[in-house]
Amino acid sequence: MSDATIDVTRGAGAPSYLSAGHRIRSWLLTTDHKRIAILYFAAITVFFLIGGAAATLMRMELFTPGADVVSADGYNKLFTLHGVIMVWFFLVPSIPTTLGNFVLPLAIGARDVAFPRLNLLSWYLTVAGGLLVLTSLLAGGVDTGWTFYTPYSSLYSNSYVTLAAMGVFVAGFGTIATGLNFIVTVHTQRTPGLTWGRLPLFVWAHYATSIIIVLGTPALAAALLMVVAERLFGLGLLDPARGGDPIIFQHVFWFYSHPAVYIMLLPGMGVVTEIITCFARRRVFGYPMMVAALLAIAVVSFFVWGHHMFVSGQSLYASLIFSFLSFVIAVPSAIKVFNWTATLYGGHITFESPMLYAMGFVGLFTLGGLSGLFLASVPIDVHVHDTYFVVAHFHYIMVGGTVAAFFAGLHFWWPKITGRTYPEAMAKAAAILMFLGFNFTFAPQFVLGYMGMPRRYHVYLDQFQVWHAASSLGAVLLAVAYILPVFYLGWSLVRGRPAGDDPWSATGLEWQTASPPPEHNFARLPIVREKPYAYHEHDEHPQEREATTHRAQGTGRTPGEARADGASGDGPRADDREEARE
Amino acid sequence: MDRLFSPGAASANTGGFDTLFTALSILSILIVLLVGTLIVVFSVRFRKGSDVPRHRVPALHAREFEIGWTIVTAFVAVFIFWWAAGYRITDDKVPADALEIHVEAKQWMWKTQHPSGAREINALHVPRGHPVVLRMSSQDVIHSFYVPAFRLKQDVVPGRISTLWFEPTETGTYPIECAEYCGTDHARMLGEVTVMEPELYAEWSAAQPEADTLARQGAALFTAQGCSGCHAAASSVHAPPLEGVYGRPVALADGRTVLADEAYIRDSILMPRRDVVAGYEPIMPTNFDEILSLGEIAALTAYIRELGGGLPPDARVLRSPAMETER
Repeated sequence: MSDATIDVTRGAGAPSYLSAGHRIRSWLLTTDHKRIAILYFAAITVFFLIGGAAATLMRMELFTPGADVVSADGYNKLFTLHGVIMVWFFLVPSIPTTLGNFVLPLAIGARDVAFPRLNLLSWYLTVAGGLLVLTSLLAGGVDTGWTFYTPYSSLYSNSYVTLAAMGVFVAGFGTIATGLNFIVTVHTQRTPGLTWGRLPLFVWAHYATSIIIVLGTPALAAALLMVVAERLFGLGLLDPARGGDPIIFQHVFWFYSHPAVYIMLLPGMGVVTEIITCFARRRVFGYPMMVAALLAIAVVSFFVWGHHMFVSGQSLYASLIFSFLSFVIAVPSAIKVFNWTATLYGGHITFESPMLYAMGFVGLFTLGGLSGLFLASVPIDVHVHDTYFVVAHFHYIMVGGTVAAFFAGLHFWWPKITGRTYPEAMAKAAAILMFLGFNFTFAPQFVLGYMGMPRRYHVYLDQFQVWHAASSLGAVLLAVAYILPVFYLGWSLVRGRPAGDDPWSATGLEWQTASPPPEHNFARLPIVREKPYAYHEHDEHPQEREATTHRAQGTGRTPGEARADGASGDGPRADDREEARE
Repeated sequence: MDRLFSPGAASANTGGFDTLFTALSILSILIVLLVGTLIVVFSVRFRKGSDVPRHRVPALHAREFEIGWTIVTAFVAVFIFWWAAGYRITDDKVPADALEIHVEAKQWMWKTQHPSGAREINALHVPRGHPVVLRMSSQDVIHSFYVPAFRLKQDVVPGRISTLWFEPTETGTYPIECAEYCGTDHARMLGEVTVMEPELYAEWSAAQPEADTLARQGAALFTAQGCSGCHAAASSVHAPPLEGVYGRPVALADGRTVLADEAYIRDSILMPRRDVVAGYEPIMPTNFDEILSLGEIAALTAYIRELGGGLPPDARVLRSPAMETER
């Protein structure tokens, strides 16, 4: 096969992935990682709107101390729905399955993930799980809370617990499939020259996340199966009347669910690193430490679950060990914040909307992380456990952090994904409004928690009202900030101007192919010669880098030159091997 | 105005709590200011087009910075842990003279029973300046006994006795809330703890209609439910005598030795086949979990304890059959 043929079939002239087929079938049976990412975008947007609607009703109910919008059971079903949908059908899949699916293969110069059909299967599993949960909603709802605590969920709840638990169980396998796919992809599909030390942190973050997913999610499956077995077959493992212990469930559940917080958070850290380096025009500060911190978090996250159980009756000495490890995990988290800050030093910083979202992430993650120090201290947790302090804390991390990073990444890669630009002024306004609205909504909840307002109350004592009212008003701003992008991004799809291949002058490999990318991503697999984030060189020594780029990077090079230059690292594979034979 | 921010402070441990909480708040504000200032300063100074020199940080300096802030962060984290943990450990011992009150949680109410036999629903009267220990059990799901003004909470888990102790310092009434989600009316599972001067508490306690003490109720049950048929000293059935057993180590048939505390006695009534005493046959009926209510078990336990004449053993909170091995 000659070079010319390759160029015609896979080259710049090839149709984009979007125009590779227009029928529904071409989407629903696709194995293209980019199209699967779009499928996930559609699915999680629907779930986000459902979960958001539940939150809206809850904040309306909580505006006054009495019960005025929904009944007690209605409220219990709302917060369960909100938690289950948002955690497992929005936050966990959010960044990995959309931005990860779309960008990760591009960022490592691959033509697809390692197992494209498994990738499609994971989408079907996620959607099937979601449909089971929505069926339980239509059938009458679930009232256990997203934590499914036993023995309430196993013996006492008269709602559709089994159906919802099975929904989460099934979706969990979708997540595992994605994690497995990413691990194998990163190991086997990297383009020549892309050594581990040259991987963008976005890829490292997904790699670390995938390890947590593969090791942790089976524990969730076990916990849910225990509940289902107890409900359907009367297993008795969790029933004190039969010699069981309901606390067993909590151990298994949090063994997954604490690492799950990092499943939600690490990809966000990856996204934010890409964006801050790009808009500060700087190499990331302390790349080895950033990688080490990601991996350290992934490992230690498995040994902190007991900090959810300080008041459960757990041994005090167990509590202290879990407390200590929770403080330990704060160190790599803090390192990341310091390194992002230091990355700004000496840059040529611009503040486009992705950068604003990313800086919002750093701020909200810092606040959320610091409130985590309070909760890691045993005596403080004894007071604020199961209060709004905890609610505020995990919303800062999971919503302030992950959702801000999701929007940052969405705005950053939107031109790559759709090939179009969006109205930048609107996007900036939405980013700022999201930061302000988020703090307005959740900062009052720290005060509520300190005052002793327990979570999962639909009516409350009068002294809490001021702060609840503030929080509900803030939620209005937040809702506007979430809805704005739906409009301007929708407008962009129809009317947006062509974005160009690399609108941000970013260094990642994904920017070296067309926007939107062709079906097989690259005309030729790029060969990597340098560390990631070479912005410094790009801006301040353009001539030097120009020469390098011309010879070794991207899609524009000629294969002869690249070969003559003696590619180092992992050596050429696939198409490049063919070229080498010529 | 104070009510707008604070849950009130009515127990001896609130002082330490508030010091720790304030210190952490100040630390957090300092860190936010530090990071925030750096981000703002860098953003302004190094904005695109600004006319400042941009030196590359030498690799050596960069590494020194990294090592520096890693060590500082780790030190701060370990320091806070050490401070918080020390505070918790010293606070974990239940004073021997603590007034013992039984709490029974069920969907959706709190029932309390005083040593004098006085019973309350969704209310708890306690004397000021005297340590109080709650022995709590749940009839159904997990609840959590939470008094914000005491900065204390303890999950009440079915199948075990959970312990919480405090020393009230300020008279007044303070809300009790259920903090662990327990079903439909979780938000209405509220109560009030009333801290009274000790002499008023004594008066109040004596004036309650059900003045039979818990131990005496237990003595009545001991006969009425047939326990005495085997366990009384005069019985001809070969059953372990209960006099003096409370608070002592008991050798079991399988070679283990356990401490005869609250949880052991409770478990031995409900699950007599689990910890059989060495030298005895497992002949005790196993259906007492259907016959006795949690309140009755608390009364029987109080009676057996009185037979022992002992003080409560060093009673910690932990009673998980799944977790505890050395009990």
